[in-house]
Amino acid sequence: MLLSMDKELIQIIGVTLKMSFFSTLISCLIGMPLGVLIEKGSFFGRGLLKKLSSTLMGLPPVVAGLIVYMLFTRYGIFGSLGLLFTVEVMIVAQVMLITPVVLCLTSSVVSVSGNPLKETARGLGLKRGRTLSLFLIHNRRALLSVVLTAFGRSIAEVGAVSLVGGNIQWKTRVMTTAILLETNKGKFTFALALGIVLLIISLIVNVSASLLSKGGKDSDKM
Amino acid sequence: MKKLLALLMALALVFSFAACAGNEEETTAAADETTAVSDTTAASEEGTSDETGSKTIRMSTTTSVNDSGLLPAILPVFEQKTGYKVEVQSAGTGAAIQKAKDGNADLILVHSKASEEAFVDEGYGVERIPFMFNYFVVVGPKDDPAGIKDSENAAAAFKKISSSQQKFISRGDESGTHKAELKIWGDTAPDAANDKWYVSAGAGMGACLTMANEQKAYCLTDKATFLANKESLPELDIILAEGEDMKNTYSVIECDAEKLPGVNTAGAKALIDWLLSDEADALIAKYGEEQYGQALFTVIED
Repeated sequence: MLLSMDKELIQIIGVTLKMSFFSTLISCLIGMPLGVLIEKGSFFGRGLLKKLSSTLMGLPPVVAGLIVYMLFTRYGIFGSLGLLFTVEVMIVAQVMLITPVVLCLTSSVVSVSGNPLKETARGLGLKRGRTLSLFLIHNRRALLSVVLTAFGRSIAEVGAVSLVGGNIQWKTRVMTTAILLETNKGKFTFALALGIVLLIISLIVNVSASLLSKGGKDSDKM
Repeated sequence: MKKLLALLMALALVFSFAACAGNEEETTAAADETTAVSDTTAASEEGTSDETGSKTIRMSTTTSVNDSGLLPAILPVFEQKTGYKVEVQSAGTGAAIQKAKDGNADLILVHSKASEEAFVDEGYGVERIPFMFNYFVVVGPKDDPAGIKDSENAAAAFKKISSSQQKFISRGDESGTHKAELKIWGDTAPDAANDKWYVSAGAGMGACLTMANEQKAYCLTDKATFLANKESLPELDIILAEGEDMKNTYSVIECDAEKLPGVNTAGAKALIDWLLSDEADALIAKYGEEQYGQALFTVIED
Protein backbone atom coordinates (compact mmCIF):
# COMPACT_ATOMS: atom_id res chain seq x y z
CA MET A 1 0.00 0.00 0.00
CA LEU A 2 2.79 2.38 0.92
CA LEU A 3 4.84 1.31 -2.09
CA SER A 4 2.36 2.88 -4.48
CA MET A 5 3.32 6.37 -3.38
CA ASP A 6 7.03 5.59 -3.15
CA LYS A 7 8.40 8.69 -4.79
CA GLU A 8 6.12 11.07 -2.99
CA LEU A 9 6.58 9.34 0.36
CA ILE A 10 10.36 9.66 0.08
CA GLN A 11 9.99 13.33 -0.76
CA ILE A 12 7.70 13.82 2.29
CA ILE A 13 10.16 12.02 4.56
CA GLY A 14 12.93 14.23 3.14
CA VAL A 15 11.04 17.43 3.97
CA THR A 16 10.17 16.07 7.42
CA LEU A 17 13.79 15.27 8.25
CA LYS A 18 15.06 18.56 6.85
CA MET A 19 12.54 20.53 8.91
CA SER A 20 13.13 18.56 12.12
CA PHE A 21 16.92 18.62 11.74
CA PHE A 22 17.25 22.34 11.21
CA SER A 23 14.69 23.32 13.83
CA THR A 24 16.42 21.06 16.37
CA LEU A 25 19.83 22.45 15.43
CA ILE A 26 18.78 26.09 15.71
CA SER A 27 16.82 25.51 18.93
CA CYS A 28 19.83 23.82 20.52
CA LEU A 29 22.18 26.59 19.39
CA ILE A 30 19.90 29.14 21.06
CA GLY A 31 18.49 27.12 23.94
CA MET A 32 21.57 25.31 25.28
CA PRO A 33 23.80 28.35 25.90
CA LEU A 34 20.82 30.19 27.37
CA GLY A 35 20.03 27.21 29.59
CA VAL A 36 23.57 27.21 30.98
CA LEU A 37 23.52 30.99 31.40
CA ILE A 38 20.22 30.97 33.24
CA GLU A 39 21.46 28.43 35.74
CA LYS A 40 25.03 29.69 36.21
CA GLY A 41 25.02 33.32 35.24
CA SER A 42 23.83 36.17 37.39
CA PHE A 43 22.12 38.87 35.43
CA PHE A 44 19.06 41.01 35.70
CA GLY A 45 15.78 39.29 34.91
CA ARG A 46 17.23 35.80 35.22
CA GLY A 47 14.39 34.50 37.38
CA LEU A 48 11.84 36.03 35.07
CA LEU A 49 13.46 34.45 32.01
CA LYS A 50 13.40 31.08 33.75
CA LYS A 51 9.71 31.39 34.58
CA LEU A 52 8.99 32.65 31.09
CA SER A 53 10.70 29.74 29.39
CA SER A 54 8.95 27.15 31.55
CA THR A 55 5.66 28.87 30.79
CA LEU A 56 6.45 28.84 27.08
CA MET A 57 6.99 25.07 27.26
CA GLY A 58 3.23 24.89 27.51
CA LEU A 59 2.65 27.09 24.46
CA PRO A 60 0.06 25.34 22.29
CA PRO A 61 1.62 24.63 18.87
CA VAL A 62 -1.35 26.17 17.08
CA VAL A 63 -0.77 29.44 18.91
CA ALA A 64 2.92 29.43 17.97
CA GLY A 65 1.86 28.74 14.40
CA LEU A 66 -0.66 31.56 14.54
CA ILE A 67 1.93 34.06 15.78
CA VAL A 68 4.37 33.07 13.05
CA TYR A 69 1.54 33.20 10.51
CA MET A 70 0.63 36.73 11.56
CA LEU A 71 4.27 37.80 11.25
CA PHE A 72 4.76 36.34 7.78
CA THR A 73 1.35 36.92 6.23
CA ARG A 74 1.12 39.28 3.27
CA TYR A 75 0.34 42.21 5.56
CA GLY A 76 2.58 41.06 8.41
CA ILE A 77 5.92 42.57 9.46
CA PHE A 78 7.92 40.05 7.41
CA GLY A 79 5.26 39.65 4.73
CA SER A 80 7.46 41.16 2.03
CA LEU A 81 9.86 38.21 2.35
CA GLY A 82 7.20 35.96 0.84
CA LEU A 83 8.18 33.12 3.15
CA LEU A 84 4.71 31.92 4.15
CA PHE A 85 4.03 28.32 3.09
CA THR A 86 7.71 27.41 2.86
CA VAL A 87 9.82 24.96 4.84
CA GLU A 88 11.84 27.90 6.21
CA VAL A 89 8.87 29.43 7.97
CA MET A 90 7.91 26.01 9.35
CA ILE A 91 11.37 25.88 10.92
CA VAL A 92 10.80 29.33 12.44
CA ALA A 93 7.58 28.13 14.10
CA GLN A 94 9.26 24.97 15.33
CA VAL A 95 12.20 26.90 16.79
CA MET A 96 9.72 29.01 18.69
CA LEU A 97 8.12 25.87 20.12
CA ILE A 98 11.20 23.83 20.89
CA THR A 99 13.69 26.42 22.16
CA PRO A 100 11.93 26.79 25.56
CA VAL A 101 11.99 23.01 25.94
CA VAL A 102 15.72 22.83 25.16
CA LEU A 103 16.38 25.74 27.50
CA CYS A 104 14.52 24.25 30.45
CA LEU A 105 15.92 20.76 30.01
CA THR A 106 19.48 22.10 29.66
CA SER A 107 19.15 24.21 32.75
CA SER A 108 17.96 21.21 34.75
CA VAL A 109 20.95 19.20 33.51
CA VAL A 110 23.20 22.04 34.66
CA SER A 111 21.51 22.32 38.03
CA VAL A 112 22.04 18.63 38.74
CA SER A 113 25.67 18.26 37.74
CA GLY A 114 26.88 21.81 37.45
CA ASN A 115 28.07 22.57 41.00
CA PRO A 116 30.26 19.56 41.77
CA LEU A 117 31.70 19.91 38.29
CA LYS A 118 32.50 23.54 38.81
CA GLU A 119 34.26 22.75 42.08
CA THR A 120 36.33 20.08 40.40
CA ALA A 121 37.18 22.45 37.60
CA ARG A 122 38.17 25.14 40.08
CA GLY A 123 40.23 22.59 41.96
CA LEU A 124 42.05 21.73 38.76
CA GLY A 125 42.45 25.42 38.02
CA LEU A 126 40.60 25.23 34.69
CA LYS A 127 39.51 28.33 32.85
CA ARG A 128 35.92 29.02 31.85
CA GLY A 129 36.18 27.63 28.36
CA ARG A 130 37.74 24.42 29.61
CA THR A 131 35.10 24.16 32.32
CA LEU A 132 32.41 24.41 29.67
CA SER A 133 33.96 21.71 27.50
CA LEU A 134 34.38 19.51 30.58
CA PHE A 135 30.68 20.07 31.28
CA LEU A 136 29.74 19.17 27.72
CA ILE A 137 31.78 15.95 27.71
CA HIS A 138 30.61 14.98 31.17
CA ASN A 139 26.95 15.46 30.34
CA ARG A 140 26.84 14.44 26.71
CA ARG A 141 24.34 11.64 27.43
CA ALA A 142 21.94 13.98 29.18
CA LEU A 143 22.42 16.66 26.53
CA LEU A 144 21.88 14.13 23.77
CA SER A 145 18.55 13.25 25.29
CA VAL A 146 17.72 16.96 25.28
CA VAL A 147 18.50 17.03 21.57
CA LEU A 148 16.42 13.91 20.95
CA THR A 149 13.50 15.30 22.91
CA ALA A 150 13.65 18.44 20.79
CA PHE A 151 13.83 16.36 17.63
CA GLY A 152 10.91 14.23 18.80
CA ARG A 153 8.77 17.28 19.48
CA SER A 154 9.66 18.70 16.11
CA ILE A 155 8.95 15.59 14.05
CA ALA A 156 5.63 14.91 15.81
CA GLU A 157 4.22 18.42 15.59
CA VAL A 158 1.24 19.07 13.35
CA GLY A 159 -0.76 22.15 14.38
CA ALA A 160 1.84 24.83 13.75
CA VAL A 161 3.38 23.34 10.62
CA SER A 162 0.08 22.78 8.88
CA LEU A 163 -0.89 26.39 9.57
CA VAL A 164 2.30 28.10 8.40
CA GLY A 165 3.44 25.41 5.94
CA GLY A 166 0.05 24.85 4.35
CA ASN A 167 0.58 21.12 3.74
CA ILE A 168 1.43 21.77 0.07
CA GLN A 169 2.11 18.63 -1.93
CA TRP A 170 5.74 18.29 -3.15
CA LYS A 171 6.70 21.34 -1.11
CA THR A 172 5.72 21.63 2.54
CA ARG A 173 3.90 18.39 3.22
CA VAL A 174 5.47 16.52 6.13
CA MET A 175 4.60 13.17 7.70
CA THR A 176 2.20 14.56 10.30
CA THR A 177 0.28 16.77 7.89
CA ALA A 178 0.15 13.90 5.38
CA ILE A 179 -1.38 11.74 8.13
CA LEU A 180 -3.89 14.46 8.90
CA LEU A 181 -4.79 14.75 5.21
CA GLU A 182 -5.30 11.01 4.79
CA THR A 183 -7.48 11.04 7.91
CA ASN A 184 -9.55 13.86 6.42
CA LYS A 185 -9.87 11.89 3.21
CA GLY A 186 -11.31 9.03 5.24
CA LYS A 187 -8.37 6.73 4.47
CA PHE A 188 -7.88 5.79 8.08
CA THR A 189 -5.82 2.63 7.49
CA PHE A 190 -3.41 4.41 5.19
CA ALA A 191 -3.09 7.23 7.70
CA LEU A 192 -2.23 4.70 10.38
CA ALA A 193 0.37 3.10 8.08
CA LEU A 194 1.99 6.52 7.64
CA GLY A 195 1.97 6.91 11.42
CA ILE A 196 3.92 3.67 11.73
CA VAL A 197 6.43 4.92 9.14
CA LEU A 198 6.86 8.06 11.27
CA LEU A 199 7.51 5.94 14.36
CA ILE A 200 10.10 3.88 12.48
CA ILE A 201 11.90 7.07 11.41
CA SER A 202 11.96 8.22 15.04
CA LEU A 203 13.30 4.84 16.09
CA ILE A 204 16.11 4.98 13.52
CA VAL A 205 17.10 8.47 14.62
CA ASN A 206 17.10 7.47 18.28
CA VAL A 207 19.09 4.30 17.76
CA SER A 208 21.70 6.00 15.60
CA ALA A 209 22.03 8.81 18.11
CA SER A 210 22.66 6.42 20.97
CA LEU A 211 25.17 4.50 18.84
CA LEU A 212 26.95 7.79 18.16
CA SER A 213 27.11 8.59 21.84
CA LYS A 214 28.65 5.18 22.54
CA GLY A 215 31.20 5.89 19.83
CA GLY A 216 32.03 9.08 21.68
CA LYS A 217 32.61 7.12 24.86
CA ASP A 218 35.15 4.89 23.16
CA SER A 219 37.12 7.79 21.83
CA ASP A 220 37.26 9.19 25.37
CA LYS A 221 39.08 6.14 26.58
CA MET A 222 41.86 6.50 24.06
CA MET B 1 8.01 38.78 56.94
CA LYS B 2 6.41 36.06 59.05
CA LYS B 3 3.39 38.23 59.65
CA LEU B 4 2.97 38.72 55.95
CA LEU B 5 3.18 34.99 55.41
CA ALA B 6 0.55 34.33 58.05
CA LEU B 7 -1.70 36.89 56.50
CA LEU B 8 -1.31 35.27 53.10
CA MET B 9 -2.09 31.85 54.54
CA ALA B 10 -5.21 33.22 56.19
CA LEU B 11 -6.30 34.79 52.93
CA ALA B 12 -5.69 31.57 51.05
CA LEU B 13 -7.79 29.68 53.59
CA VAL B 14 -10.65 32.12 53.30
CA PHE B 15 -10.53 31.86 49.53
CA SER B 16 -10.49 28.10 49.50
CA PHE B 17 -13.49 28.01 51.83
CA ALA B 18 -15.31 30.45 49.65
CA ALA B 19 -14.42 28.39 46.61
CA CYS B 20 -15.70 25.21 48.25
CA ALA B 21 -18.94 26.84 49.21
CA GLY B 22 -19.36 28.19 45.69
CA ASN B 23 -18.68 24.78 44.24
CA GLU B 24 -21.19 23.14 46.50
CA GLU B 25 -23.88 25.54 45.44
CA GLU B 26 -23.00 24.92 41.84
CA THR B 27 -23.08 21.17 42.21
CA THR B 28 -26.45 21.19 43.87
CA ALA B 29 -27.77 23.48 41.18
CA ALA B 30 -26.30 21.19 38.53
CA ALA B 31 -27.82 18.17 40.24
CA ASP B 32 -31.19 19.87 40.29
CA GLU B 33 -30.80 20.59 36.61
CA THR B 34 -29.93 17.01 35.78
CA THR B 35 -32.99 15.72 37.59
CA ALA B 36 -35.06 18.28 35.77
CA VAL B 37 -33.58 17.24 32.43
CA SER B 38 -34.06 13.54 33.11
CA ASP B 39 -37.64 14.31 34.08
CA THR B 40 -38.33 16.00 30.79
CA THR B 41 -36.55 13.30 28.77
CA ALA B 42 -38.56 10.68 30.60
CA ALA B 43 -41.68 12.62 29.80
CA SER B 44 -40.83 12.97 26.13
CA GLU B 45 -39.91 9.31 25.93
CA GLU B 46 -43.27 8.40 27.35
CA GLY B 47 -44.96 10.67 24.86
CA THR B 48 -43.34 8.93 21.89
CA SER B 49 -43.07 5.42 23.28
CA ASP B 50 -44.94 3.99 20.30
CA GLU B 51 -42.03 5.01 18.04
CA THR B 52 -39.08 2.66 18.18
CA GLY B 53 -35.44 3.63 18.25
CA SER B 54 -33.32 6.38 19.63
CA LYS B 55 -34.07 10.07 19.58
CA THR B 56 -30.58 10.86 18.29
CA ILE B 57 -29.83 11.10 14.58
CA ARG B 58 -26.20 11.01 13.46
CA MET B 59 -25.63 12.92 10.25
CA SER B 60 -22.29 12.75 8.48
CA THR B 61 -21.94 15.67 6.12
CA THR B 62 -19.57 17.79 4.14
CA THR B 63 -18.12 21.00 5.49
CA SER B 64 -19.85 23.31 3.01
CA VAL B 65 -23.40 22.75 4.29
CA ASN B 66 -22.44 22.89 7.93
CA ASP B 67 -19.79 25.63 7.96
CA SER B 68 -21.85 27.86 5.69
CA GLY B 69 -24.37 27.91 8.51
CA LEU B 70 -27.20 26.20 6.60
CA LEU B 71 -27.66 23.21 8.89
CA PRO B 72 -27.34 25.17 12.14
CA ALA B 73 -30.00 27.50 10.73
CA ILE B 74 -32.59 24.95 9.66
CA LEU B 75 -32.10 21.87 11.87
CA PRO B 76 -33.44 23.42 15.10
CA VAL B 77 -36.84 23.71 13.39
CA PHE B 78 -36.82 19.97 12.71
CA GLU B 79 -35.59 19.19 16.21
CA GLN B 80 -38.27 21.27 17.85
CA LYS B 81 -41.00 19.79 15.74
CA THR B 82 -40.08 16.13 16.17
CA GLY B 83 -38.10 15.95 19.40
CA TYR B 84 -35.17 14.36 17.59
CA LYS B 85 -31.64 15.55 18.31
CA VAL B 86 -29.41 15.74 15.23
CA GLU B 87 -25.67 15.28 15.78
CA VAL B 88 -23.85 16.74 12.79
CA GLN B 89 -20.31 15.63 12.02
CA SER B 90 -18.76 17.60 9.19
CA ALA B 91 -15.68 16.62 7.19
CA GLY B 92 -14.63 16.43 3.55
CA THR B 93 -16.91 14.22 1.43
CA GLY B 94 -14.34 11.40 1.39
CA ALA B 95 -14.14 11.25 5.18
CA ALA B 96 -17.86 11.87 5.60
CA ILE B 97 -18.64 8.80 3.52
CA GLN B 98 -15.96 6.70 5.21
CA LYS B 99 -17.40 7.52 8.63
CA ALA B 100 -20.80 6.30 7.48
CA LYS B 101 -19.23 3.11 6.06
CA ASP B 102 -17.68 2.51 9.48
CA GLY B 103 -21.16 2.58 10.99
CA ASN B 104 -20.86 5.99 12.62
CA ALA B 105 -23.79 7.71 10.93
CA ASP B 106 -27.48 7.24 10.20
CA LEU B 107 -27.53 9.32 7.04
CA ILE B 108 -25.13 11.30 4.86
CA LEU B 109 -25.52 14.62 3.12
CA VAL B 110 -22.73 15.07 0.58
CA HIS B 111 -21.97 16.38 -2.91
CA SER B 112 -20.02 13.95 -5.03
CA LYS B 113 -22.20 11.96 -7.41
CA ALA B 114 -19.73 9.19 -8.25
CA SER B 115 -18.86 8.46 -4.60
CA GLU B 116 -22.53 8.59 -3.63
CA GLU B 117 -23.49 6.09 -6.30
CA ALA B 118 -20.66 3.81 -5.20
CA PHE B 119 -21.91 4.13 -1.60
CA VAL B 120 -25.36 2.96 -2.64
CA ASP B 121 -24.06 0.26 -5.03
CA GLU B 122 -21.88 -1.24 -2.31
CA GLY B 123 -25.00 -1.63 -0.19
CA TYR B 124 -24.19 0.99 2.43
CA GLY B 125 -26.89 3.41 1.34
CA VAL B 126 -30.56 2.87 0.58
CA GLU B 127 -31.17 5.47 -2.12
CA ARG B 128 -29.44 8.61 -3.38
CA ILE B 129 -31.84 11.55 -3.23
CA PRO B 130 -30.55 14.78 -4.83
CA PHE B 131 -32.44 17.61 -3.15
CA MET B 132 -30.62 20.90 -3.61
CA PHE B 133 -27.83 22.48 -5.63
CA ASN B 134 -25.73 25.57 -5.98
CA TYR B 135 -22.87 26.61 -8.21
CA PHE B 136 -19.18 26.36 -7.69
CA VAL B 137 -17.45 29.63 -8.41
CA VAL B 138 -13.91 30.39 -9.54
CA VAL B 139 -12.43 33.02 -7.25
CA GLY B 140 -9.19 34.80 -7.95
CA PRO B 141 -7.19 38.01 -7.65
CA LYS B 142 -9.36 41.07 -8.29
CA ASP B 143 -7.38 42.12 -11.39
CA ASP B 144 -7.89 38.66 -12.97
CA PRO B 145 -4.32 38.20 -14.35
CA ALA B 146 -5.29 35.14 -16.41
CA GLY B 147 -8.22 36.97 -18.01
CA ILE B 148 -10.85 34.33 -17.35
CA LYS B 149 -13.71 36.68 -16.60
CA ASP B 150 -15.62 36.13 -19.84
CA SER B 151 -14.91 32.43 -20.17
CA GLU B 152 -17.81 30.31 -21.34
CA ASN B 153 -17.39 27.77 -18.58
CA ALA B 154 -14.97 26.58 -15.92
CA ALA B 155 -13.12 24.27 -18.28
CA ALA B 156 -12.27 27.17 -20.60
CA ALA B 157 -11.25 29.29 -17.61
CA PHE B 158 -9.00 26.54 -16.28
CA LYS B 159 -7.29 26.28 -19.69
CA LYS B 160 -6.46 29.97 -19.58
CA ILE B 161 -5.11 29.68 -16.03
CA SER B 162 -3.00 26.74 -17.11
CA SER B 163 -1.59 28.39 -20.24
CA SER B 164 -0.76 31.62 -18.43
CA GLN B 165 0.66 29.58 -15.51
CA GLN B 166 -1.14 31.66 -12.92
CA LYS B 167 -1.17 30.19 -9.43
CA PHE B 168 -4.07 27.84 -8.69
CA ILE B 169 -4.84 26.35 -5.27
CA SER B 170 -6.36 22.89 -5.34
CA ARG B 171 -8.02 21.26 -2.34
CA GLY B 172 -6.11 18.04 -3.02
CA ASP B 173 -8.04 16.21 -0.29
CA GLU B 174 -10.48 14.10 -2.32
CA SER B 175 -13.39 16.17 -1.08
CA GLY B 176 -16.46 16.79 -3.22
CA THR B 177 -15.02 20.12 -4.34
CA HIS B 178 -11.68 18.51 -5.21
CA LYS B 179 -13.42 15.83 -7.27
CA ALA B 180 -15.47 18.48 -9.05
CA GLU B 181 -12.27 20.38 -9.82
CA LEU B 182 -10.59 17.27 -11.23
CA LYS B 183 -13.63 16.63 -13.39
CA ILE B 184 -13.38 20.13 -14.85
CA TRP B 185 -9.67 19.68 -15.62
CA GLY B 186 -10.48 16.38 -17.33
CA ASP B 187 -7.47 15.08 -19.27
CA THR B 188 -5.59 18.33 -18.86
CA ALA B 189 -5.18 17.95 -15.09
CA PRO B 190 -1.88 19.55 -14.07
CA ASP B 191 0.78 17.54 -12.30
CA ALA B 192 1.52 19.06 -8.89
CA ALA B 193 5.00 17.56 -8.92
CA ASN B 194 6.16 19.49 -11.99
CA ASP B 195 3.77 22.37 -12.54
CA LYS B 196 4.87 24.83 -9.88
CA TRP B 197 1.85 27.09 -10.43
CA TYR B 198 -0.53 24.29 -9.40
CA VAL B 199 -0.61 24.04 -5.60
CA SER B 200 -2.16 20.93 -4.05
CA ALA B 201 -2.88 22.16 -0.55
CA GLY B 202 -4.45 19.10 1.02
CA ALA B 203 -6.64 21.27 3.22
CA GLY B 204 -10.22 22.33 3.83
CA MET B 205 -12.04 25.00 1.81
CA GLY B 206 -11.42 27.78 4.33
CA ALA B 207 -7.68 27.08 4.53
CA CYS B 208 -7.41 26.93 0.72
CA LEU B 209 -9.18 30.27 0.32
CA THR B 210 -6.86 31.84 2.89
CA MET B 211 -3.92 30.48 0.93
CA ALA B 212 -5.31 31.80 -2.35
CA ASN B 213 -5.74 35.21 -0.76
CA GLU B 214 -2.16 35.09 0.56
CA GLN B 215 -0.61 34.02 -2.75
CA LYS B 216 -2.98 35.88 -5.08
CA ALA B 217 -4.08 32.64 -6.66
CA TYR B 218 -7.20 31.23 -8.29
CA CYS B 219 -9.33 28.65 -6.50
CA LEU B 220 -12.50 26.67 -7.16
CA THR B 221 -14.87 26.97 -4.22
CA ASP B 222 -18.48 26.56 -3.29
CA LYS B 223 -20.12 29.94 -3.18
CA ALA B 224 -21.40 29.55 0.37
CA THR B 225 -17.98 29.11 1.96
CA PHE B 226 -16.53 32.00 -0.03
CA LEU B 227 -19.30 34.41 0.96
CA ALA B 228 -19.12 33.30 4.58
CA ASN B 229 -15.37 34.09 4.67
CA LYS B 230 -15.31 37.04 2.32
CA GLU B 231 -14.35 39.61 4.93
CA SER B 232 -11.00 37.96 5.57
CA LEU B 233 -10.26 37.55 1.84
CA PRO B 234 -9.66 41.10 0.61
CA GLU B 235 -7.55 40.07 -2.42
CA LEU B 236 -10.16 37.76 -3.88
CA ASP B 237 -13.33 38.19 -5.88
CA ILE B 238 -15.70 35.85 -7.65
CA ILE B 239 -14.29 35.93 -11.19
CA LEU B 240 -16.45 33.29 -12.85
CA ALA B 241 -19.86 32.06 -11.70
CA GLU B 242 -22.53 29.74 -13.05
CA GLY B 243 -20.90 27.87 -15.91
CA GLU B 244 -22.84 24.75 -16.91
CA ASP B 245 -19.97 22.59 -15.66
CA MET B 246 -20.00 24.22 -12.23
CA LYS B 247 -23.26 22.86 -10.87
CA ASN B 248 -22.90 21.38 -7.40
CA THR B 249 -25.62 18.97 -6.37
CA TYR B 250 -26.19 17.87 -2.80
CA SER B 251 -27.86 14.56 -1.96
CA VAL B 252 -29.06 12.81 1.15
CA ILE B 253 -28.68 9.06 1.56
CA GLU B 254 -30.11 6.94 4.34
CA CYS B 255 -27.60 4.38 5.62
CA ASP B 256 -28.73 0.81 5.13
CA ALA B 257 -29.46 -0.82 8.49
CA GLU B 258 -29.06 -4.29 6.97
CA LYS B 259 -25.44 -3.64 6.07
CA LEU B 260 -24.73 -1.32 8.99
CA PRO B 261 -26.43 -2.58 12.17
CA GLY B 262 -27.27 0.11 14.68
CA VAL B 263 -28.46 2.65 12.14
CA ASN B 264 -31.38 4.69 13.39
CA THR B 265 -33.57 4.05 10.36
CA ALA B 266 -36.66 5.74 11.75
CA GLY B 267 -34.70 8.88 12.59
CA ALA B 268 -32.91 8.97 9.22
CA LYS B 269 -36.22 8.56 7.37
CA ALA B 270 -37.87 11.28 9.45
CA LEU B 271 -35.05 13.74 8.74
CA ILE B 272 -34.96 12.96 5.01
CA ASP B 273 -38.75 13.33 4.77
CA TRP B 274 -38.48 16.68 6.49
CA LEU B 275 -35.60 17.87 4.25
CA LEU B 276 -37.82 17.12 1.23
CA SER B 277 -40.85 18.81 2.75
CA ASP B 278 -42.19 22.22 1.70
CA GLU B 279 -41.29 23.63 5.08
CA ALA B 280 -37.59 22.75 4.70
CA ASP B 281 -37.62 23.80 1.03
CA ALA B 282 -38.76 27.27 2.02
CA LEU B 283 -36.10 27.55 4.73
CA ILE B 284 -33.33 26.39 2.37
CA ALA B 285 -34.42 28.67 -0.47
CA LYS B 286 -34.42 31.63 1.88
CA TYR B 287 -31.13 30.86 3.61
CA GLY B 288 -28.40 33.42 2.99
CA GLU B 289 -30.63 36.30 1.85
CA GLU B 290 -30.44 37.99 5.19
CA GLN B 291 -26.73 37.51 5.78
CA TYR B 292 -25.21 37.62 2.29
CA GLY B 293 -27.90 39.36 0.29
CA GLN B 294 -28.44 36.28 -1.90
CA ALA B 295 -29.68 32.72 -1.54
CA LEU B 296 -26.88 30.15 -1.32
CA PHE B 297 -28.74 27.00 -2.28
CA THR B 298 -31.53 26.19 -4.74
CA VAL B 299 -34.01 23.45 -3.94
CA ILE B 300 -34.56 20.76 -6.57
CA GLU B 301 -38.32 20.59 -7.22
CA ASP B 302 -39.76 17.12 -7.18
